[in-house]
Amino acid sequence: MPDSAVLDIMTPTVEGQGAPDPLAARLGALPDGGVTAPARADALSRLRAMGLPRPRDEYWRYTDPAPFTAATPAAQPVDPAAGDPPLFSDLDRLRIVFVDGRFDAQASDDLSMSGVSILPLSQAQAQPGHWVGAAYGQLEQAGQTPVARPFAALNTASATDGVVVHVTGRAEKPVQILYRRSGDAADVVCHHVLRLDAGAELTLLENGLVGARGNLLIEADLAPGAQLHHVAALRAGNPRVSLTHLFARLASGSTLKSFTLSVDGAHMRSEAVLDMAGDDVVAHVAGAMLGDGSQVHHDDTVWVTHGGLRGESRQVFKKVLKNGATGVFQGKILVRPGAQKTDGYQISQALLLDEASQFLAKPELEIYADDVKCSHGSTTGALDETALFYLRSRGVPRERAVVLLVLSFVADALAEIEDERLRDRIGERLEDWLTARASGVAG
Amino acid sequence: MLQINNLHVELEDEGKPILKGVTLTVPAGEVHAIMGPNGSGKSTTSYVLAGRDGYAVTEGTATLNGRNLLEMEPEARAAAGLFLAFQYPVEIPGVGNMTFLRTAVNAQRKSRGEPELTAGEFLKAIRAKAADLQIDAEMLKRPVNVGFSGGEKKRNEILQMAMLEPTMCILDETDSGLDVDAMRLVADGVNALRSPDRSFLVITHYQRLLDHIRPDVVHIMADGRIVKSGGPELAMEVEQNGYADILAEVADA
Repeated sequence: MPDSAVLDIMTPTVEGQGAPDPLAARLGALPDGGVTAPARADALSRLRAMGLPRPRDEYWRYTDPAPFTAATPAAQPVDPAAGDPPLFSDLDRLRIVFVDGRFDAQASDDLSMSGVSILPLSQAQAQPGHWVGAAYGQLEQAGQTPVARPFAALNTASATDGVVVHVTGRAEKPVQILYRRSGDAADVVCHHVLRLDAGAELTLLENGLVGARGNLLIEADLAPGAQLHHVAALRAGNPRVSLTHLFARLASGSTLKSFTLSVDGAHMRSEAVLDMAGDDVVAHVAGAMLGDGSQVHHDDTVWVTHGGLRGESRQVFKKVLKNGATGVFQGKILVRPGAQKTDGYQISQALLLDEASQFLAKPELEIYADDVKCSHGSTTGALDETALFYLRSRGVPRERAVVLLVLSFVADALAEIEDERLRDRIGERLEDWLTARASGVAG
Repeated sequence: MLQINNLHVELEDEGKPILKGVTLTVPAGEVHAIMGPNGSGKSTTSYVLAGRDGYAVTEGTATLNGRNLLEMEPEARAAAGLFLAFQYPVEIPGVGNMTFLRTAVNAQRKSRGEPELTAGEFLKAIRAKAADLQIDAEMLKRPVNVGFSGGEKKRNEILQMAMLEPTMCILDETDSGLDVDAMRLVADGVNALRSPDRSFLVITHYQRLLDHIRPDVVHIMADGRIVKSGGPELAMEVEQNGYADILAEVADA
């Protein structure tokens, strides 16, 4: 059954001039959304109304939207020689594999697990009456106010696949979304929908190599007392254009802790929009990134809304930049009227390993309640020469000393990962990358 | 062991001379102390020997067992047997004390062509040495010097010295900020390391540390030079009369 939205998009809206419509070109053919079709059509019309971002938009001043708006991504050759030691392979987990953004049943584990029901989006939306029809795109849409996020609407409209997870109890093991790519020009749009019932617990891991370009989105709806731990690590050593979004709605007493490790890549933006709607909510979002080279541009854009009482939020972001890499942080804490006893914390720090690199930070606090504690800080600095000398005076070679000091710098962000095993894996991955770089081997 | 000859050093950025011809020889197995008023160049001497950036050597030499220290990177000086116990040990959050020490020990062994210690061998060695300095397992696990008291930091310096087994140890005001008990503990740690093939250069303001670590020779430094050398009694003289008498006597000579 043809979707009317599909027909609509194929027709340029600028009538009578024959000018190409960049949005239509960007979207291409849209998938049949099944039960999500109405939500997709709605996202498309919202997207049409807001338009694609332009460099002068308030939240796009520091990051050029062009690589995301281009009709097709620049091809990024798949390098079979680039080793990628599996990150979480020694953990008991349930693997869901996406190849070029499409679910690969053969490569994935059996999706049945007690306390959790899991389906790929492509299958869930084909089931008449599936709950994802009502949930799909809802949190993304809510997160469009007050700041428009066109690429998130684009994701909702055009996602080819994703994972749909309903957690009813305590998931017995982590769920891992593993991305693989086969083609040089894979343009990946995945949309994941997580629903956690009251008291449910899930650990979600996300890693691998997404594609030449990726637009990933997670919607997470947490009922009272639910807990979601999210650890993402995007693969090193490949030029990559990547957008990720996390939209979460947090009911009373729920907890969300999200950490993202990002190494290398080319043009990246990671957005988190957290709605702490209930009372006593805990929301932590953290990230560590390492960028080497002038092609690296990494942007963390976070919007945390305190809507309930006694909410505790933390934003902890660390960026290590060298050889002309650019880091961006735009972090907002909004405290709604009545959100008393809010405890909001935000820190963004950059370690510049040379003078060619730069860090742009825009912390924002907007507070409409009078009994709150909010703090924010942002620092940019070079390596501590005294610490470097201290390590070298003990016989640690300079290169190794720099690795240790970089690990020291990002330690606060890694500390946000609650699970020690996961924290150790991420720490090891970081150290491997740094060591390979220090000894001159491309990571 | 250590030979410093007519060493002239200035601050790289300001071109300000700090050391104006330091000459000093520390033979193997001896303990030498350097005392002197604030700003006389004691700490600068230790930094220049260890290879800290920011100083320009304009004249003179410094050798360790015949090797030219001034041409070596700090890590190479360490591997050659030099150790500097810092006046203000540096805190390194997020890096475990054990990880740090094992990295240092093995880096030195590697650069000397010796086999690296396995995790088991290292653990065995550090446990015994930490116990002597009353450093517990918890302190070894914590990040380097983070949350350590002044005394713990100095004990940690001595632990590093014990693990790295240098031949030339420089202690830069290791007694500063220590109470009597902590000082005794640190001094005991140093004394335990004294041996015929290991030398010490102890920089201090006070004679008290030298009650615990008995020096063979005491040098008085002033305005970038060694102005007087003598036995332990020289430290007593400073303690009783201050530097004024000695400096006046030198000026008259």
